[in-house]
Amino acid sequence: MATLSAAPPRRRTRRPGARLRRRNTFIGWTFILPNFIGFATLTLVPVLILFYLGFTSWNAFGAAEWVGLANYERLLNDRTFHRVLFNTLYYAAFHIPLTLGAALGLALLLNRKMRGVAFFRTVAFFPYITSIVAIAVVWNMLFSAETGPINQFLGLFGFDDLPGWTVSTTWAMPAVIIVGTWREMGYFMLLFLAGLQTVPTELHEAARVDGASSWQRFLNVTLPCLRPTTFFVTVMLTIESFKILDLILVMTNGGPGISTTVLAQYVFRKGFQENDFGYASAVALVLFFICISVTVVQFLANKRRER
Amino acid sequence: MALLTLDRPAKTFTPPADFRPDRRTPGQVIARVALYVGLSVASAAILLPFVWMVISSLKTNNQVFTVPIQWIPDPVVWSNYVDIWATSNMTTWIRNTLILSVGVTFLQVFTGSFAAYGFSKMRFPGRDVLFLAYVGTIAVPWQAYMIPQYIILSRAGLSNTLWSILVLQAFGAFGVFLMKQYYDSIPEELSEAARIDGLSEYSIWRRIVVPLSGPALATLVLLTFVNTWNDYLGPLIYLRDRDLWTIQIGLNSFASQYNTEHALIMTGSVISVLPIAIIFLAGQRYFVQGIATAGLKG
Repeated sequence: MATLSAAPPRRRTRRPGARLRRRNTFIGWTFILPNFIGFATLTLVPVLILFYLGFTSWNAFGAAEWVGLANYERLLNDRTFHRVLFNTLYYAAFHIPLTLGAALGLALLLNRKMRGVAFFRTVAFFPYITSIVAIAVVWNMLFSAETGPINQFLGLFGFDDLPGWTVSTTWAMPAVIIVGTWREMGYFMLLFLAGLQTVPTELHEAARVDGASSWQRFLNVTLPCLRPTTFFVTVMLTIESFKILDLILVMTNGGPGISTTVLAQYVFRKGFQENDFGYASAVALVLFFICISVTVVQFLANKRRER
Repeated sequence: MALLTLDRPAKTFTPPADFRPDRRTPGQVIARVALYVGLSVASAAILLPFVWMVISSLKTNNQVFTVPIQWIPDPVVWSNYVDIWATSNMTTWIRNTLILSVGVTFLQVFTGSFAAYGFSKMRFPGRDVLFLAYVGTIAVPWQAYMIPQYIILSRAGLSNTLWSILVLQAFGAFGVFLMKQYYDSIPEELSEAARIDGLSEYSIWRRIVVPLSGPALATLVLLTFVNTWNDYLGPLIYLRDRDLWTIQIGLNSFASQYNTEHALIMTGSVISVLPIAIIFLAGQRYFVQGIATAGLKG
């Protein structure tokens, strides 16, 4: 825009501004509209309807009945819901730091000029784009209790009393976390790699000349420069963790028992399997508010640190 | 930034031992070797599930779970790759998945890049608020509003048709967001010059901006195609008829129905991953670059 100031005044600036603005608004909207119609009816409107449905009792037949806060009272006393909430937090509490650490570690290792670096990056990213069903099926077999390769491998180190992984109430969630981390670290590694490109090399050189060890350089140069990336990655990773569903559906289907059932799956079960749409919507609203508030809190924390 | 140099006393300059990058000290050679060894081990570990999948798909059923693991299949059972087509509805699944992936990709790329032009190159009241609504939905998990969405699509008579997935995936905020980030990096002067030359906004989009956005378009095409191909939850909710199943739904149902046919299940898994692997390797450069740009400036 500013670059235009040197250009000779154009005819259209002399026209009445209002008409030009109206024309611009119209053309602007024609660009957005084809996408916006779909986006509004399939994203914005559903989110609004969700707020209504969460206060109703509805089994998909007949009309939805307004029940006020009844769904939320039910949530307070629903022990399955409590467990499901706990499972979701459990998954997030391990998945977020593990993936963050693995992604950053990989990015630091692969942020250099060396032969084969493209190959290693490709390998790390590959699990992220392959189908959840295929990897879940494969990992389930790898995790097999008796003859699965993972337990065979652990057996080599003399472990006995090996976990049954996906068929054990204690070990199913760790198994899911391992696969989730394995799958997603490559994606976040890419984001970190892009962030590392923005770290000025002169800063590193200056620090090196000052005698900073590589660990000190990492703490005092790399990490501060990576702050915006780390922030973005953490936000995305948090949302990803709270909405985890497909992987769990295929790997354990929430089981054994409800030991790996997470919030999103409870929404799915109450809604699509038990036709309890009102209650499912209330659960969905909880998921919605967790994700929104986590994002807002992280955003504010980031703002404060920036000052 | 200046912290590093300010808070410590000035030192006499002594070039560090590794100052000359062209000649490596033994320590550096060892470090480099260790790095390669470490990375190779890590890569092998990451790829292991895929390697095991491919190996198992070439075994007889009893050999999949032998103790110890048999790393080279003997005999190599190529016939698994023939049998799977007879045992399952692979052809139907792949056809459906292809229809959806191509259709969604086309719609997403077209409407997304079109809308992105409006957001990036046009100026009108309400534009930024509207874009904020797009970006804001990224923080809203799909699982939260899948129920109202299902109700809308059912009322429209689209559930249990391929159209449901088509419209569900085609208008996501992601394409708009990704393309807008890229368009923002195309200098404003180009479109201004075109405007002065009398080109309409639509022609500027078609003749200037789209041809310049190759890498971003490629990224969007690849990502949308891959996401649609791999989508499990959408088809699980909407496509109830067996004739409409996608490869993900089909494979999962096959795996639970024939749960002792380990080798065949692995064969099906390989087939479901193969197209993605090929597309990914072909467009790998764009992928890596495009995700990095899309992810960061937000």
